[in-house]
Amino acid sequence: MDPWHKFRRIFYSVGIPPTIWLIAFFLVPLGLIWIFSFGEKVGVVGIDITWTLDNYVRSFNPDILTIFAKSLWLAAVATFICLVIGLPVALGIVYAPNKWKGLLLLGIMLPFWTNLLIRTYALIAVLRTRGYVNFTLEWLDGAARWFLELFGMGGIALAILGERFQALELLYNDNAVILGLVYVHLPFMVLPLYAALERLDRSYLEASLDLGAGHLRTLWNVVVPLALPGIISGLIITFIPALGSFLTPDLLGGPDSAMIATIIERQFKSANDWPFGSALSFLLMYITFGALAIRALMARRRGGDGMGG
Amino acid sequence: MAKRKGLFGRDPAGPLDYLRKWPLLTVMIATFVFLYVPLLTLMAFSFNDSRRNIVWRGFTTEYYGKLFNNTDLMIAFGNSLTIALFSTFFSLILGAMVAILLWRFRFPMKPFYEGTMALPIVIPEICMGVAMLAFFARIGWPNDLVWPISLANITIAHISFTFPFVAVIVRARLAGFNREQEEACRDLGAGDWEVYRDVIIPHMKPGLVAGGLLAFTLSLDDFVITFFTSGPETVTFPVKVYSMVRFSVTPEVNAASTVLIVITVFLTAIAMWLQNKGAEKK
Repeated sequence: MDPWHKFRRIFYSVGIPPTIWLIAFFLVPLGLIWIFSFGEKVGVVGIDITWTLDNYVRSFNPDILTIFAKSLWLAAVATFICLVIGLPVALGIVYAPNKWKGLLLLGIMLPFWTNLLIRTYALIAVLRTRGYVNFTLEWLDGAARWFLELFGMGGIALAILGERFQALELLYNDNAVILGLVYVHLPFMVLPLYAALERLDRSYLEASLDLGAGHLRTLWNVVVPLALPGIISGLIITFIPALGSFLTPDLLGGPDSAMIATIIERQFKSANDWPFGSALSFLLMYITFGALAIRALMARRRGGDGMGG
Repeated sequence: MAKRKGLFGRDPAGPLDYLRKWPLLTVMIATFVFLYVPLLTLMAFSFNDSRRNIVWRGFTTEYYGKLFNNTDLMIAFGNSLTIALFSTFFSLILGAMVAILLWRFRFPMKPFYEGTMALPIVIPEICMGVAMLAFFARIGWPNDLVWPISLANITIAHISFTFPFVAVIVRARLAGFNREQEEACRDLGAGDWEVYRDVIIPHMKPGLVAGGLLAFTLSLDDFVITFFTSGPETVTFPVKVYSMVRFSVTPEVNAASTVLIVITVFLTAIAMWLQNKGAEKK
């Protein structure tokens, strides 16, 4: 690496255009809503910058706090489910035969490249009342009735299965949102876990198994502690985008499954209260930065430990 | 696990051959079913000859024909492609500059600069979307421009979030550059610019292609940021699909989605392949 002043001309010519772009079309817009967040709504479109903290205080009223808590909860549950699914999947890929490894990783990545909107839409098509899941259930229900009738147990069928098939309401509730978040964010979890497990010295696992520990015990006492930095990294990388999701709660959620992004969108589009929306955006960003800081701190502590050992 | 040895004459499963143990195999298969079944059914049923599109009634490409005759959707698709092309071009230039800057130079406050450059990647999309909405409204961006120029605000927003991604990819490619090549070039009499033109930029090429394809797919796929910057006259493909999805599940939406899935998967596959080829050469 060269010190910048040795090649001033090149330094300036590669440095100035992107810096100006970042300032003009990223930092200034962000700065603008940061200033808006201290403003007051005047009339229909006017915003008066009065440096009031009112918008932030309003964010702590019970209604909004409930939505924040709910968002954190939905994102946390989805992240945890991603971990529970992602850990065995990553473990399976790491210890798969070499010729399969690339293919399996590609298999996890491929849905990740398809459009978020389309993946969410695909879930709607599967889960809606007239969707494939309910269609399959109805068919199974029909088959079970027919089977029980065959043995003259129509009464039992009626008792267990009810008068007629009731389609399950799988969409437009919190569970659908969690399922959608897991569906969309699973690769975020699998990839860091894979990277962490790949680096793991497999002789530790073999030693544990040789010494008589079962697979679950090895997983819990050897794999998890050794891969902990990767697990934490995966948790944070999955949690951040899950928390800021807009499309998933918007398309899969019910009226009461609004997440932070939903109310931000509402302030900017229908409610037209930009200062409040700006304050909410910044609160969401502060939470994101907090999560990133935890991750950086963990990474640094790990570096320190490594040097000490 | 010794019990398994020699069973059916297969190699014994090693203690860490997790894929050959049923609990893990079950989770793995279930995960892939979960990931793929919704997308594959969506794609398959875009060819289904039935409006109720739940029972298979035979193969048809009728809905693709309808798609191409749907003027709104085609205009939106044209808008998306135009925006993606322009934003790819500019984010390649800007991203390559950032990559060279961070790879080549030591300068004061570099960690801070790097962190700021990564912000568009890490901040929630919704925050960037509303920031862009507020920004263009505040500077009084006109809404009545003629066609390609009317897409400029969406394009600007897209460049802002794609060029840091390009920078990351190109920088990774530059990390494998052998400085001795540059020294040889200088010994042979090249000046600063010749070194870039004849040695460094050719070395960056696979990274630029991969970064460009990534920028293109990111732009083509983006919904949230576009949703906040697009006006009634400048609808993009994902924004149009969103309004159709809100309305209902129809074979047309399935067909439109299938087209977009095929395009993005195809482009990303090329990008991956090029990146691997570059890595092998090294």
